[in-house]
Amino acid sequence: MGRQAPNIYEQQAANKRNTVIVMVAFTLFVGFLGYGCDAFLFGTNGMLPIVTILALVVGGVSAFSGLQSGSKVVLASAGAQPAAADNPQYRQLHNVVDEMAIASGQPRPNVYVIPDPDPNAFATGKDPAHASIAVTDGLIAKLTRDELQGVIAHEMSHIRNYDIRMMTVVAALAGAVMLLTEFGSRSMRFGGGRRSSGRGGGAGRILLLGLWLFALVLAPLVSQILAMAVSRQREYLADASGAELTRHPLALAAALEKIDGAIEPTRAIKKGTAHLCIADPLGRHINEKEGAFSNLFATHPPIAKRIIQLKAMAYQHM
Amino acid sequence: MEMVGVLLIVIVGAAIWTIAQYNRLITLRNQVENGWKQIDVQLKRRHDLIPNLVNTVKGYMEFEQETLQKVIAARNAAVGASGVADAATKEGALTGALSRLFALAENYPTLKANENVRGLQEELSSTENKIGFARQFYNDIATKFNITQQVFPGSLIAGMFKFKTAELFQIAETAERQTPTVDLSLKK
Repeated sequence: MGRQAPNIYEQQAANKRNTVIVMVAFTLFVGFLGYGCDAFLFGTNGMLPIVTILALVVGGVSAFSGLQSGSKVVLASAGAQPAAADNPQYRQLHNVVDEMAIASGQPRPNVYVIPDPDPNAFATGKDPAHASIAVTDGLIAKLTRDELQGVIAHEMSHIRNYDIRMMTVVAALAGAVMLLTEFGSRSMRFGGGRRSSGRGGGAGRILLLGLWLFALVLAPLVSQILAMAVSRQREYLADASGAELTRHPLALAAALEKIDGAIEPTRAIKKGTAHLCIADPLGRHINEKEGAFSNLFATHPPIAKRIIQLKAMAYQHM
Repeated sequence: MEMVGVLLIVIVGAAIWTIAQYNRLITLRNQVENGWKQIDVQLKRRHDLIPNLVNTVKGYMEFEQETLQKVIAARNAAVGASGVADAATKEGALTGALSRLFALAENYPTLKANENVRGLQEELSSTENKIGFARQFYNDIATKFNITQQVFPGSLIAGMFKFKTAELFQIAETAERQTPTVDLSLKK
């Protein structure tokens, strides 16, 4: 209310802070789930929390092995082809990528094109030295040079902010939650576990047990909500850092309007890559609705909200 | 005995911090130098592209020989520039000459329809952008370098090892400041 709109740098700081808050909450949640499995089912009070560690290791290994080969799989599944540098059709795309690499002081990413008429784009790769940017034919056809530059700046920012790695950590935590939930509910069903009835604790312990059971039931939902919260913060951050690169937030806002106007879902891009795209490729309406509930499960913030933020940055920067 | 231990920890801690801070400053200084070289790379690219462009448009723009010659003269002056201030002035003059050429090119529809010319225009407008972004990145990284040197307690290390602040890039010629955008985009 009457608060001054944040400028590019304040936006970035706020998004980074929010990411930290959500990540801490996520870690604590995994820790609590694991603690419950260890304490109530395994009875490892004061001993090594073996179940928690196991869940984190398994979740981590599966997520990080995906990171190593991830970009190849993602690009192949989208049907992305390397954009030929000598093809005059892709000259401008290559130039714009070069420009943004220079503006961000990052190595030049590989450039791919996806044969799909719907305008969309995504970035992938484990670090800036092994990064790729893929755009659809539709994006090249529909956007002006400045708008294309805005979109590439957004993708370049995902790379510079290590968002691919960030989402891998999120996937590792979500994997750990899945394992713990599975383990917890299975043990409960078979009445297993050494419920240490004899040992003390009393009311406090029962309360904690109740709380843990509650967390166990809600775990899949909570982990989804937290993962999506991180994803949305990274989108806002990529918008703000992209605007810092081009110093032209209105161009990205115009591009988002055009992308939003193309109602068709991007068929070539699969669900797993959704969080790295410029806009939700599935065209899910969940991302468009305002309101607390639909916001919780969306990979991207509502486009209207992103456009408002970008326009605020433009006026701040004058 | 305990005092010695505490003292040792403090000394080791201070040493580690000093090394980290020093290395950070060295890294930034190298990035600043690299940023400056990037600008040169892009300027060189512009110098290489211009003769190509002039040769391609010469046949279409017979009546604008003077403008074309001015571009070539400005380009040759910029190539031969020595020193930062001199280069900034001459590059600014070249930007001005190029923008006049592109404004005139608007009068030649057959020229604009030419595939080669369009390709060259895209290359040149991209090079103009790259020069701009290289300068922007240089200023960003130089500012970061300067801030790191000036804020306490990093200023202690910067002072101890006599780091110099980096100079920010500024537009030298007033004419360039008045017409900061060169619209090279092709109107469809």
